[in-house]
Amino acid sequence: MSDWTRADVCASAIADAFKDDGEIFASPMGLLPMLGVRLAKLTSNPDLVISDGESLFLAGVPPLFAKGDVVEGWIPFRKVFDVVAYGKRHVMMGATQVDRHGNQNISAIGDFAQPTRQLLGSRGAPGNTVNNRTSYWVPKHSPRVFVEQVDVVSGVGPRRAKAAGPAAARFNDIHRIVSNLAVLDVGGPDDTVRLVSVHPGVTVDDVVAQTGFTLDAPADVPTTREPTTEELVLIREMLDPKGLRFKEVPQEEAAK
Amino acid sequence: MTRKPRDKRMSIDEVIGSLESGMTIGIGGWGPRRKPMALVRALYRSDLTDLTIVSWGGADVGLLARAGKIRRLVYAFVSLDSIPLEPNFQRARQSKAIPEIVELDEGMFQTGLRAAAQRLPFLPMRAGLGSDVLVNNPWIRTVTSPYTTDGAVEELVAVPALELDAALVHLNRADEHGNASYLGPDPYFDDLFAMAAEKTYLSVEQVVDTAGLTVDSPVQRLLVSRMLVDGVVETPNGAHFTTCTPDYERDERFQKAYAAAAGGSDEDWQAFHDRFLAGDEASYQEAVRAFHEEADR
Repeated sequence: MSDWTRADVCASAIADAFKDDGEIFASPMGLLPMLGVRLAKLTSNPDLVISDGESLFLAGVPPLFAKGDVVEGWIPFRKVFDVVAYGKRHVMMGATQVDRHGNQNISAIGDFAQPTRQLLGSRGAPGNTVNNRTSYWVPKHSPRVFVEQVDVVSGVGPRRAKAAGPAAARFNDIHRIVSNLAVLDVGGPDDTVRLVSVHPGVTVDDVVAQTGFTLDAPADVPTTREPTTEELVLIREMLDPKGLRFKEVPQEEAAK
Repeated sequence: MTRKPRDKRMSIDEVIGSLESGMTIGIGGWGPRRKPMALVRALYRSDLTDLTIVSWGGADVGLLARAGKIRRLVYAFVSLDSIPLEPNFQRARQSKAIPEIVELDEGMFQTGLRAAAQRLPFLPMRAGLGSDVLVNNPWIRTVTSPYTTDGAVEELVAVPALELDAALVHLNRADEHGNASYLGPDPYFDDLFAMAAEKTYLSVEQVVDTAGLTVDSPVQRLLVSRMLVDGVVETPNGAHFTTCTPDYERDERFQKAYAAAAGGSDEDWQAFHDRFLAGDEASYQEAVRAFHEEADR
């Protein structure tokens, strides 16, 4: 089965971000992260604890947005905050902006006092990034998202965490940034964003051109792995038969 | 003669009448979920001004911002969920219509309410460190741990107490004394809002007798005790258009109409205001019924 799409590649790359997490609460924000986490639970990491995105821990792995699965626990918002502080959690958030040092912005674009575009607000990003493992999902990799410096620091990257002192740095763990073009992390020099792999059909130059800061790209950048046959069956037949994933990563971006 | 605790039932107007301009008011629920919207609509219509609003925000913040009621807003996000960005809130922020903005991390917000509930000036927390929450709120201080952790001395955020003059919350059921239960999946933080507040006004779908509160639901659902409550208002469909599970879910169709008007021209908003918000709660509910009848035809 080689007729995978770019969305499938993204789903398996997101799943890989959660494969070594062990028995922790996986909190995906957004559609592809939800798909990737459920894929990880069905393949590489069955110990993951997942929720319905509201207040229930799900024992099974239902299709996206399906209800009525077996419940294994209760996780209202107040207990989410407890788990954030406890640390057994990996959240994958969205990001309107990510900068060279892995800081993230979901608060506002422009001057904070009078933004040109007000976004959600910082939500849980400041707390997440100094308490538990945090990754980001960027469905449209572009220089508008990957900027030299974010307008507002919601999620804290490793350099700023270190500058803020040991209480901030102790549990800061920016794990992966998965986009529609590539997988990145913050392992570059001086805690900068580094290219980990490019998705099949994407070149390093493509990613560099779509990134608004100088991207650390090692001499040999591997290609993101292709989804396995098992994963493709799970995605298509079970988790997302309606193809909701193509709303975030359109099918036109299928591998060449 | 048997003596019972006080009957705290009151009207929406009596709740608004007990509030004053300049007060700090906490609004319970979460985003577009179980918001005390009947009370918020009454605030929107009232003469009150210069309010400090403390809310994990949804359309409550949007409406009050649109009416120019907010002098200072304390929030971590404002969202309608299925419509991620709240148009009235965006409009207010982008035109600098809210003079003072306090954006916190959403966990800090809980910690601030906890500090107030425990009558402490602050509680320590990691959230906020390294982020622009501390840059944009330079009045929020840090505190140095008196203990050494792994050879390091940690400097933590001293999250200031979010003390409220009044809290407005909406639950599913209450008795006339203010004992109240939530029947949905999440209590949110309504008990914490009540404990952080000088006065708490509780609206509910239905007032029942005390025995009725536990007749068909477990005692753990009794979130709020009467000792936290100053007023009880029965407002059926009073969380509309936010969720009040299991009594009703979010009215997505109406929310769309709200967001379209809020994000549209001044005339669009005026028309929405005239149709739904100009009258009292009963006329609002009647207008919503008519709206759905029209849409169903």
